Amino acid sequence: MSLTVTDLCCARGGLPVLQGVSFALAPGEALILRGPNGVGKTTLLRTLAGLQPPLAGSVEMGEAAYASHADGIKAQLTVAENLAFWAEVHGVDLPADIYETFDLTDLRDRLAGTLSAGQKRRTGLARLGVIGRPVLLLDEPTVSLDRGSVRLFADFLKERYLAQGGIAVIATHIDLGLEAPELDLTPFKAVPSAVGGSDEAFL
Amino acid sequence: MRRFCEGGGAEPPAANRRRAARLDGTLLPASHGCAVAPGSSKTVRGHFVRALLLRDLRLAVRAGGGFGLALAFFLIVVVLVPFGVGAETSILSRIAPGILWVAALLAALLSLDRIFALDWEDGALPLLATSPLPLEGVALAKALAHWITTGLPLTLAAPVLGILLSLAPTATSWLLASLALGTPALSVIGTFGAALTVGLRRGSLLLSLLVLPLYVPTLIFGAEVVRRGAEGLDPTTPILLLAGITLGCLALLPFAAAAALRINLR
Repeated sequence: MSLTVTDLCCARGGLPVLQGVSFALAPGEALILRGPNGVGKTTLLRTLAGLQPPLAGSVEMGEAAYASHADGIKAQLTVAENLAFWAEVHGVDLPADIYETFDLTDLRDRLAGTLSAGQKRRTGLARLGVIGRPVLLLDEPTVSLDRGSVRLFADFLKERYLAQGGIAVIATHIDLGLEAPELDLTPFKAVPSAVGGSDEAFL
Repeated sequence: MRRFCEGGGAEPPAANRRRAARLDGTLLPASHGCAVAPGSSKTVRGHFVRALLLRDLRLAVRAGGGFGLALAFFLIVVVLVPFGVGAETSILSRIAPGILWVAALLAALLSLDRIFALDWEDGALPLLATSPLPLEGVALAKALAHWITTGLPLTLAAPVLGILLSLAPTATSWLLASLALGTPALSVIGTFGAALTVGLRRGSLLLSLLVLPLYVPTLIFGAEVVRRGAEGLDPTTPILLLAGITLGCLALLPFAAAAALRINLR
């Protein structure tokens, strides 16, 4: 299952931010989204995830897992309970080595509310390993991770995910060490009068 | 949909096979030691709803979950009424059905804003929206969890509080029946209101204003059932209408709540 994005135009708060975005990824390929703050990386990822409809264009892909800035980790549940919940919601079994993969072995029975920001982030990323969807849409996955954890996550992406035929679209400002093409979104910035326009004329 | 295998990476043979597969430029076949689930849709959807329901119930009973808050509020309001109205039994027993129902309404209202707000704040809501669980199922599971933590305890506690308000003994069973039939509607309507106001600042105030008028039919018929039961009249008509309202809400509002959530998630 590949990922094909054709002439996508997406909006934030009713205003188009990106237009004419097209790319195609085959299984096993990753794409790094680059661009200054506010260029529309998050908006693009949310549109790909189906959380908001595109103004124009089309997206063809398999089921995607979306990871936003927030981890969706419940503070009053333990790490193991959090991961088990997502496994159950997705109707899959918890992979036995998921705790080792994300260095969570010692933390599995700790309440997520007592974890540090980086440990919480690792738990949030472990969710991606649990639910095993063919497409990953990652929004700044390395925020608050230390250097070792970044390498851990990059290894997971390379060896456990992309090597298995997964596809990843990653918005990040740092170098993950992946051999992946980069897409700078700056040239796709929407001109103010693009499709869908603003309501300015009516205000 | 093909499921990615995370297991077996530590064993050298599996690793070798994987490397070989990578050199070939082909995918690792499903038979090569990789437990591939036939599809993520192998189980019925009810299974996913149950997962969310159990998580919400677990969260409710953990520290800060607010379990029992509504019940305590209900107790206090009902106990306060005799202090305000006076201890005259004839007045109390006349107003008891209305007091019990209004107190149940307010108690149910108390925890509504938590239904989606917590999942919104920690970012779990978009993740649920992109999971195999349909948002209609999310709304239904949330309403059910709210009812189990609010409506059910209220229903069970109400007969005891009826005694405090000198409710006629003949009305006790009708009180139980009317609350059991009516409180699910309170939870479902409240879930819809919570879906409408999720993500709004001070949304809980707006939520009360939106939801309380929608509670009026349930209140009218619920209290009417108890009043008729207390006076020895036949409460069949109001109880049927009460059940009808609840069933209608259950049938329609999860869809409305899901639509509201979709718009709020944009």
